[in-house]
Order: sequence, then structure tokens, then C-alpha cells
Amino acid sequence: MAPHKDGYHRVNMGIEARKSSGAISDPPGAGAGQSGLVFDIQRYSIHDGPGIRTTVFMKGCPLDCWWCHNPESQSAEPEIVVSEGRCVRCGECLKVCPNGRVSGSAGAEGPPCTLCGACVAACPTGARKLAGERMTVGTCVAEVLKDRIFYEDSGGGVTFSGGEPLLQPRFLKRLLEACRGAGLHTAVDTCGFAPWDDLLAVAPLTTLFLYDLKGADSRSHMDHTGVSSALILDNLRALGAVHNNLWLRVPILPGLNDDDAQLEAMASLAASIAGVRQVNLLPYHQTGMHKFRQLGRAYRLEGLVPPSPERMEEVAARFRAFGLKVRVGG
Amino acid sequence: MTQRTARLRRASLDAAPSITPERAVLMTEFYQANDGRYSVPVMRARSFLHLCENKAIYLGEDELIVGERGPRPKAVPTYPELTCHSIEDLQILNSRPKTSYAVSDECVRIYRDRIIPYWRGRSMRDRIFEAVSDEWRQAYDAGLFTEFMEQRAPGHTVLDDKIYRKGMVDFKREIAEAIAGLDWLGDPDAWAKREQLQAMAIACDAVLLFARRHAALALKQAAEARDPRRRAELEKIADVCTHVPAGAPRDFHEALQYYWFCHLAIITELNGWDSFSPGHLDQHLLPFYRKGLADGTLTPEAARELLEAFFVKFNNHPAPPKVGVTAAESGTYTDFANINIGGLLADGADGSNEISHLLLDIVDEMHLLQPSTNLQLSRKTPEALLTHALRVVRKGYGFPSIFNTDAVVEEQLRQGKSLEDARAGGCSGCVETGAFGKEAYILTGYFNLVKVLELTLHGGVAPRTGKQLGMRTAAADSFRTFDDFFAAFRAQLHYLIDVKMRGNQTIEQMYARLMPAPFLSVLTDDCIRKGKDYNAGGARYNNSYIQFVGIGSLTDCLAAVRQTVFDDKAMSLGDLVKALDANFEGSEILRRRLVNRTPKYGNDDDDADALAVRAFEALIEEVDGRPNTKGGRYRVEMLPTTSHIYFGSVTGAMPDGRKAGLPLSEGISPVQGADRRGPTAVFKSAAKMDHIKTGGALLNMKFTPALLADENGLENLAHLIRAYFKMDGHHVQFNVVRAETLRKAQAEPEAHRDLIVRVAGYSDYFCDLARDLQDEIISRTEHASLQLEGAPSARSSGDTP
Repeated sequence: MAPHKDGYHRVNMGIEARKSSGAISDPPGAGAGQSGLVFDIQRYSIHDGPGIRTTVFMKGCPLDCWWCHNPESQSAEPEIVVSEGRCVRCGECLKVCPNGRVSGSAGAEGPPCTLCGACVAACPTGARKLAGERMTVGTCVAEVLKDRIFYEDSGGGVTFSGGEPLLQPRFLKRLLEACRGAGLHTAVDTCGFAPWDDLLAVAPLTTLFLYDLKGADSRSHMDHTGVSSALILDNLRALGAVHNNLWLRVPILPGLNDDDAQLEAMASLAASIAGVRQVNLLPYHQTGMHKFRQLGRAYRLEGLVPPSPERMEEVAARFRAFGLKVRVGG
Repeated sequence: MTQRTARLRRASLDAAPSITPERAVLMTEFYQANDGRYSVPVMRARSFLHLCENKAIYLGEDELIVGERGPRPKAVPTYPELTCHSIEDLQILNSRPKTSYAVSDECVRIYRDRIIPYWRGRSMRDRIFEAVSDEWRQAYDAGLFTEFMEQRAPGHTVLDDKIYRKGMVDFKREIAEAIAGLDWLGDPDAWAKREQLQAMAIACDAVLLFARRHAALALKQAAEARDPRRRAELEKIADVCTHVPAGAPRDFHEALQYYWFCHLAIITELNGWDSFSPGHLDQHLLPFYRKGLADGTLTPEAARELLEAFFVKFNNHPAPPKVGVTAAESGTYTDFANINIGGLLADGADGSNEISHLLLDIVDEMHLLQPSTNLQLSRKTPEALLTHALRVVRKGYGFPSIFNTDAVVEEQLRQGKSLEDARAGGCSGCVETGAFGKEAYILTGYFNLVKVLELTLHGGVAPRTGKQLGMRTAAADSFRTFDDFFAAFRAQLHYLIDVKMRGNQTIEQMYARLMPAPFLSVLTDDCIRKGKDYNAGGARYNNSYIQFVGIGSLTDCLAAVRQTVFDDKAMSLGDLVKALDANFEGSEILRRRLVNRTPKYGNDDDDADALAVRAFEALIEEVDGRPNTKGGRYRVEMLPTTSHIYFGSVTGAMPDGRKAGLPLSEGISPVQGADRRGPTAVFKSAAKMDHIKTGGALLNMKFTPALLADENGLENLAHLIRAYFKMDGHHVQFNVVRAETLRKAQAEPEAHRDLIVRVAGYSDYFCDLARDLQDEIISRTEHASLQLEGAPSARSSGDTP
């Protein structure tokens, strides 16, 4: 699950975004996790765990999945994003930019954007936004607590998602502590590509893990996500042994991870882990395609057809055969 | 639905609304022949008797529940004693493209030759406009407020359980006892009371006669019927109409027919606002339903068919069209009869039962424009009933709307009603709270809050006409703080509410003396006991309401002024007013900044919401608890019907970036497109105002069908509603939008910023999506939209009661 502010694309593409190794840490200047980079906070989130939830999207992801439907959340840096739909080409941003370069186009020439935010303040339509606001734990939790009354009736709570929340492990831990302290149901939506110690540190504070399982073939995993699946799978087994409430989230990508062997392997793995309560099968969809294009990046799954509802039922049946509780969709 | 129901439904959908001069002719001939012979109440009762004696009786093929207000289905009578249509009105009604009413040449001729010559200058409307002050008329003409009673009589009335226990014979006995008990030596009003009580007795006779004429026609048709089944049905109808309303109903069929006779009588006697409503129909019918099933005289299928026939009757009765300027506007055929489902019993127990579910099934299956239905949701209402209602809601008809029964009870307790009366009460019309069968809760008119702000920005002068409509408050540039500015707004509000209320007091007394409603008084406690008319304070409770419109727009304007002028000091208030007076010509960037970059109500943002609360509390202080002329009090309601469109059309550009002429926000909903933080934030903002201090606050929410398609979506919608009601929210209704709306949103994104769509595994604001993704969702929504057969949506976003 990723941020929802579709239609915005970032303009400072020059900033190196992705982490290609497992060297994960809170962003520099984050203190002891007192603050972190938050991309968006979405209220009335009903597909990221049980009940009515608020999802906090943290910025930055170590993976580069081809099907990612929010490629703009991958960078671990703040960035200016622009909604073409809202921009009226009034030029107010150009008037205030100290570099005089602001143009809204990804490949603009000139000195790099310093993220001074002048264009955001000047924009009369709200088309320009700073994505990746540095927020303190207190501010973030205050926003989450606004919907407490809705969580209570529905069995909902807060979900930390991204990006990858464990890219900012200390910030995440403090957020979880504060939310648990307030009596909230907490969920962490993770790709699992994080140092084991970081996972272990947040596990006791997490009511529910939404854990991505993106394939069982290590070669294919490396090709399509940019990282090896070894760490992810090791973490999953280890987490499943110490935490009893995991929902596995399995994207079904026709031709990439849905061959009989991989489905069988994933289902068998899921069934072998004590803590797995539910498997969510997420049918591939093409939402990401538009965004990759807007970002001027190649979409590597051009032409891939989403699986039919019938196919999803077939896949679900295979998982159910292992005695798993399966749901199609979030 | 049975084949019969399908035929009845089809016939109702196919019937074209028309105007019948029948009632006007009968009323006029009676008045011409009898003017001056009787006291006012007796004159009214006798004219009603004349109608019941002489109007055409209709009994259609296939019908089980019988009776029409006009000579045939959807033939709508007129009420010249209240409002007399002009020839031009009739021509507009006949020719306007939307919600037209066919008017025959003969009808026009009758109006020209007989109706208009007699009633012009005698109708209540004409007399009201003569009686009100100049200030009132100026403010009315400028669109500061409307007045319900210049078009229709006081109404908004709902029946309780009394007709299921008593027949007209019983009511007549009570009336006779009241007359016998009059204190001629000690009570100076004894004569007035006797006249009123006699009028009530005559009205009972009129309704009895009306029923007997149906029985006679049924017998005649039975004698002529070839089909033995139909003959038996007609004989049963004759039997039913012979027994009710004379006596209390004996079975399910009689209970429905009895109500229907009362309904017709009320809406024939006078043209009360929001027609008439059966209230807690599921609760009232339950004993008859259970008894019928137990003794084998009723099956669930037969009960359902009777209820369906009953629903068709409501749909056969479009709203009587208005007169004057409003005739050119496209109104609505909906007359706002509203059936309550669920709720509480008088003893506090859950009031829902198997008929509650049956009613929801019928709403779902019939999807007729009328009657409206609402779910009364209390803490005790089973989840299954809420879920059932939401399954109907998600099909996109806007029905049923959902009310917080616990809040509705608390609102009434605050007004001093007994706990039992409050629980047996509920909601009618759009969202109005009342004690069913015991209250005259009168809506007096919509009030344009944004216009008050417009006057404040211009020192009390209407910018377009230059007339001094409000108080002479200070010029825009002289306010030093926001609090100074707000104080000026408060002063204008105080002055204009007084103007409105003085008119209300006048009109209330005129109706009390000139236009009593004897039959409605029979059915409303304690009119018989007091010997007083419904319109004169005879009811046990008598609250008068002003309906405030545009709290969302007002809040956003106040927030924009505070931020732009007083906090950021980006410009002077005078310069802002100049930009408004120019309708933002040449200051488009300013306008966009005001639209997009100032705090907005509906986002759970305390900066804005605190202003909504401040304005709301000002309304409460100005209005709540002030006495009316009937021993009751004035109260606040927050609902617009469609007046936010009209009010917007007469209000200039505003500091929230709204251009001149565009609609205002409706009910307590945020400005269209201003809420950007999802439904929980809207509910939080809306609940910051204390709904318990009102008699109703209307909130509209929009969802796409896909967002509610699966069980998860439905469950969470139920949780959303429960949480809103925990915060004392009064009401919510859902528009489930279709592809057509999405296309409009593509064309005018600013007006649809709040539209949430299900994208893929998550939801988003439609207007923020890339164009091609929007197109994709439109095609998807088109696919997912459920077909609405025949009936137009009663509550599309532009026409929201």
C-alpha cells in the first residue's frame, strides 16, 4: 500500500532516491527518531488492516518494484511534487524561485532545487506540494488521534506504511510507542527488507504486521524488485516465530510470480509460519503505469494484463488448499 | 413484486402530473354561496365537507388501497384560498422543461373566469404580503430569507399511533365531551372553542362521507366485475372502507387504508408543507401483521403486496406546484412524505421489527420517488437493520436517510417534551424533529447566512441595488480586528432575524385566526381537549423553526477574511470587497488563493471549524427559546432543501472565492469541494456544532458505488455512521455517485474536489487523479453503477432536501 496522492509528480528527480543495499537508517538529522519524513497521512483508510484506520505513509523505499503504484514514494528525500491537473500555469512559482528554474518538468536544466518551498507557498491552487514533510512524533500522533472515535467502533487504528516504514526504524518505534500508549491498534505495512534487529524492536509494539511476499523465485525477485528475497524470507520466518498476527500481502503478477511452482511455494511457506493469520491476494493493476510515465521513467510492465476475477479465485483456491484464510484484495 | 404491483407501479410512473381545477372550483363555489354565514373554523370544515361530498372518486384497476386527492392519479389540485395561481403561473407550469404539470385550456379558462376573480386579494398569500413590514418585504425580495407560509399552510406534521386505536366515532365522542365540558360562565373563549370543536366534528363527518363514497363505488364495480377474484377484492375494499375510518382498524389492510384516508383528508383540507406522514409505520402495523399471520388471515406476501400498493399511492401524489417567481424554477415532484423505520418505542426499547426489514425490501424493489424513507438508528437498533438499510443506500437512490434517534430524543427533551413523547417522535420532511401526533413544528423559512455577511461587508447596503437592507454597520476598512468584524456580522444577524421573526409572528397569528385546520386538529393531541386549532396553539407542543442555510460557505468566508486581512495582512478588507464587487474580474490569482489556500470547514481543522461553531452559537443565541404566538418557542434548524441554489443566485462573490451567483453550501455540509481530508474529517467538523440544540441538521456525503461495493466497505460505512452519531450527529444521507457525475467532475474540478473514488486497493480524490486514470474509473463506475429504472433520483447533489 502506498500513498494516494496520485496525479502529483516530483520535479527534483536529480536527487538520488533509492537505497540499493541493506544500509538502512533514519534520515540524517532525525535525532533519536524524534521526527521523520512523512509523505502523507490518509484518514478513512479501510484497506490497510481491520476497521477504519489512519495510514501514515513514510517516505523512502529500499525496493524498486516494477509494479509499484507509487514510484514517487520511493525516494527517501523530500521533494516538490506537482499536480498537472491543478496547475493553471499562472507562473507565480517562477516569480519566487531563487533559482528561477521552477518549471514543473522533470528534466529541467539548471542548479538543483534546494527545497526552499517558496514555490509551494506562492502556488494559489495548491498544485505544488512538498512531499515528504519532516514531522515530529507528537504532530504525527496528534493527527492520528483525531479519528480515535472511528477506530473504537470499527476495530481500526493506525497503519504505518510507505515507502517502507522500517527505513526510519527509530522514528517508527517512537510512533508505535506513542500510539500503543494511547491504546491504539497498530499495524506496520512492510516489505520485510530491513535489518532483523529493527523488525524485532518494533514487533512488540505492533498489533498486526502487513507483510509483503512478492515471489518465491529468488532470481525473479531480484529482477523485479531490485533486491534479493533472502533477507525478506529470513525475516518473515523469524518474525512469524515471535509474532502471532501477520497478514501476508501477495501481489499476483501474471507471468512474474503466478506460475504453479511459485504459488505453491508461497502458499506452502505461508502455511508453515505460525503467525500468519490471513493472506491477502492483491491483483496486479496498472495504476503505476501512469505515474511512471509522468515521472519520465520507463514502465517495465507495459502490456501486462491484470488477472481476471476468475483467475484470482483460482489462485485463492490454491492458497486455501493449504488451510489458509485468504482474501482477494486489501 | 407481484404482477399487480408491477402494473400499479408502472401506471404510477407513466402517469403525467397535471393540474386539476376540481378543488379550486368546489372551494370557490362554496365560499361564494356561504361567505359570512359561519365562524371561520366552521366555514373551513363545511368547505372541506363540500369537497368530500362532491369531488370525483377514483378507484383504479388493480387497486387494493384506494383514494386520490384529485380525480385521477397525479392530478394535482390547487388551493386558491392559500395561493392563487396566475394565468402566467399556469402557463409556465405547463411549459417548463423540468417538473412540468399539464394544464388544460379548460383549466386556464376556469381560472381566468372563476377562480382568480374571486381569490385575488383574498388568498392568504396576498393578505400576508399586505400585512408584513416594508423591511420584511425588502429583505425577502433581496433573497435574505424565504417564507414557507406564503406558499403553503403550516404543516410538517406526522401521525402517531392514535388512528390504530380509535375510529372517527371515538374522536367524535371526545369532541362531544369537550363541547359538553365547556365552561360558558368562566371561560371567555367558550364560544370560539365550541366553534372550533364543531368544526372538528364536521371534519370527521366529511372524512366518513369520503370513505363511504369509496365503499359505494367499490360495490358498484364489484357488481360489474367479470373476474370473480377482482369482484372479491372489490367487496373486501367496500368492507374495509365501511369499517374504517369509522372504527379502529381490525386488520392490516384496514390499518393501511385508514392511514391513507387520513393522509388524503389532511392534504385536501389544506396544503400543508411536507404533506403528511405516517411516522413509525413499522411499529404501528406490527400488531395487525402478527395477528393476521397468527389467525391465518394474512400472509407475508399479501402484507407486502398491500404495502406496495400503499407506496404507489404516495407516488401518485406529486407536490402541489408553487406560485409566483418560483414557478419558473425547476422544483421537485417530491412532497416529502417520509416514513420512519426502526427507532425506539415509547418505553425506550428498540422499536424495529420484521416490518422494518419488509419496508426496506420494498424501498429497494420499488425505487419510487415517493414516499421518502428514513432509518431511525438508536444505540439499540440491531446492526442487521443498519446493514440492510446501507445495502439499499449503496444503490444510489439516496434512500433511506439515516437519523440518530438518541440525538432526536435528546433534542426534544431539551425542548421540554416528555420522554415518552420524545421517543414516539422522530423526523419528517427533510430532517425535522417533532413529537409525532402531538406537535405543530412549523418551519417558517430559509435564512441566507452568506447574504448577512455580504451586507456586513457593505455596511448594511445591498451591493447590487444600493438599498439599505441591514443595519448601518461600519465601512469595511474601519474594522481593526477580526473580532470587530465579527461583531458587525452579529449585529446584522440580530437585526435581520428580528425582521424575519416579526413577519413570522404576523403570519402565525393570521393562520391562527383565518385558516384553521379542523381535521388536522382532530388528529393532533391536545387540540380536542383544549378546543383549539392546530394552527392556533392547540397542539401539545408548538415549536417554530428558522432554517439557516450556508454555514459552510459562511465559515469559509470568515476564515478567509481572518487569514487574508487580519492575520497575514495580505490586503485590506476594503480591497477585498472591491475584488468581490468586481466578481474577481482581474484578480483570478487572488480568487484561487482564497479557494485553495485558506482554512476550510469540513477538514477537521479547528481554525475553520471554530468559526463555524462561533457562528452557529450566535444563531442559537439569537433564536433559540424566543417565544412564538402559540405558547411555543423558536428554534434553529440547519437545512436547505434546494434554497442554497436560489440564495446563491442572489448573492455576490464572496471571500471564500465563490463567484457571484453560484450555489452556497447546503445543510451543514462543507462547501462543494472544500473538504479534502475524507469522510471522517467531515463528520468531525460537522459534529463540532452542537446538534442537540437544533431541530435538525442535514449532512450530505458522496461516495462512489465501488467504495461501498464489498462487505468491508459496507461495514466501515456502518462504523462511520455509528461514530458520527456517538458525537451527537443528527442526520446523514449518502449520495452514491454515478459515472455521469464523474464526467461533470472532470469538466468542473473545482466544484467536485470532495469526490472520493475507489481507485485500486485505495481511495482517492477523483480530481487529483491523472486524466487517463479518471477515464478508467469513469468506465469502471459506469459498469458498476446500478440502473435506476423509472424514478429519478430524489436526492441528486443539486437538489438536496
